[in-house]
Amino acid sequence: MELERKLIKKASLEKLYQKLQANGNKIFAPIIKDGKTEFHYNPSYAEVTYDHIQTIQSLKNTVFPKIENLVRFTTDRNGTEVTEVDLAKVPSLVLWGAHPCDAAGFKALKSIFMWDYKDEYFNSRMNKMVVIGLSCYKCDDNCFCTSVGLNPGATNGSDILLTKLSTGDYLAEIITEKGKEIVNAAAELFEAAPAEAKEGNLAQVKQQFSHEKVTKNLAGAFEHPFWVENSLRCIGCGACAFVCPACACFDIQDETKGKTGKRLRCWDSCGFGLFTIHTSGHNPREVQSQRWRQRIMHKFSYMPERNESLGCIGCGRCSRACPVDMNILEQLIALEKIQ
Amino acid sequence: MESIRKRAKELLDSKQVQVIIGYENGTSNKVRASFIKDSAQVDKLIYDERCTQNLALYLVKHEVKHLGKMGIVATIPAMRTINMLISEEQVKPENIVVLGIGEDGKLLDFPDLTVMESFLQKANIELTAKDKEAIEKLKKMTTQEKFDYWSNALETCFKCYACRSACPLCYCTRCAVECNQPQWIPVQASKNGNYEWHMLRAMHLSGRCVSCGDCGRACPLDIPVHLLTMHMAEESKRLFGVDSGLSMKMESVLSNYKLDDKDNFIL
Repeated sequence: MELERKLIKKASLEKLYQKLQANGNKIFAPIIKDGKTEFHYNPSYAEVTYDHIQTIQSLKNTVFPKIENLVRFTTDRNGTEVTEVDLAKVPSLVLWGAHPCDAAGFKALKSIFMWDYKDEYFNSRMNKMVVIGLSCYKCDDNCFCTSVGLNPGATNGSDILLTKLSTGDYLAEIITEKGKEIVNAAAELFEAAPAEAKEGNLAQVKQQFSHEKVTKNLAGAFEHPFWVENSLRCIGCGACAFVCPACACFDIQDETKGKTGKRLRCWDSCGFGLFTIHTSGHNPREVQSQRWRQRIMHKFSYMPERNESLGCIGCGRCSRACPVDMNILEQLIALEKIQ
Repeated sequence: MESIRKRAKELLDSKQVQVIIGYENGTSNKVRASFIKDSAQVDKLIYDERCTQNLALYLVKHEVKHLGKMGIVATIPAMRTINMLISEEQVKPENIVVLGIGEDGKLLDFPDLTVMESFLQKANIELTAKDKEAIEKLKKMTTQEKFDYWSNALETCFKCYACRSACPLCYCTRCAVECNQPQWIPVQASKNGNYEWHMLRAMHLSGRCVSCGDCGRACPLDIPVHLLTMHMAEESKRLFGVDSGLSMKMESVLSNYKLDDKDNFIL
């Protein structure tokens, strides 16, 4: 559909939030708690913040939960009985105040979960979710959305994108049919588009590398000494992968209690030594430099090639979360230049 | 800082070590571990109050260990870790040279590791006021309050294992959480699974933890997991009279038995 522009006054935004909540939607919105900004389910509107640069955790938990119950099972002498999870019960969710990079993160996940095999768990959650995005008016030096083809006001991935204007009111860009339904159901809260342009109200994120060039360089860089040199300090934890909006690796585990059990899909990380270890004991990614290479290769070489999507949206969460300053932006800038 | 660089250069030029593990400036005003193999690069080395990471972690890392003999810039907790790693036969004393940093941030002269041992016997190994206060606050809680506090704090844990990876004494090549036949600890980051993991970690480090605090600093979700191991270090001291890492011949309080060990905890 063609993008529509409208104005929503600050006071009306609260009414929209309350209306969505009253209609039985679960809302996932950012609040500041114990000094940390994170998304929480169903906070009161007064708690919701519009001023965060980025939350610690990504929003992927909404569609790719850290534990997804795939099936339940009961075993006895006669065999195993499997009970499917009823995906029709997945609740409707409104993601309120996701930044454009986060909205784009869902596209990256979709390129994996809806690639050859169509993952119904992911898809059911995606279909039940509406993304009300929020443009960024500020950034920090870990942000690099403009280097991965996005920008602080990018509409890609949001159903409605809000941008705060100088008046304190918001420009609402209605991007998808899902977004339009919300606007139509609360038409009284929206007004004619403002004259003020969106561009002047966005953070200035300088482009620092060309992702096309990085992808091109990576094709010949598998054996490059870069990986060992730049990952000696990597300690092999999963912090980067677990806060990443686009990391989608998982591990399937059965949890049993007596005769009943659940099959669970849990987050995993290619940074872990155990990730690739074979039953024989052989590990094709034996050392951390190979695992770090995999992280970058997957995001900037394999995914563009196979999934037609980058596996990185430039949110900078991994760099902020890393306990040993493995800064992905710094490494990508270097990879753009390697020979 | 200059003295560290000078010493690093001497060690590299004389081929006494092949790599210096120290600190360098990182991104966004952060500092990070640096691995200097060429004496022309020693000017990258820095030391200031931001340098808190326990670099002894890297002494057992495969790729670092294989660079050759290592010189390491070590703060007091790192020196204690070095003693622990030597005691536990993870590091050979002849493979390392310690560039110790005293409380005042100045380079200490350790002609050999026994001098480091003597230094540590007299060094200040008190916890920071902030950590002490947090532990005291927890100690005053009732059992139920403590349980609620930790249940709440650990609930957000997503098991990225940064606490484990940042800990220089969590060096097992295969951690108990990674054994699946049988599976001791639930893999999923659920409430019980998280609780079990953190209790296991605290117990495994009891009497070994040198209270460097790197596990808590590494946690991307700011869960104060270091208070668990620091508390266990205090308990080990109270029950067995031992501070970990003060000599190269430490006996593990939980895996050694002595006839005169107190047995009043046995019901």
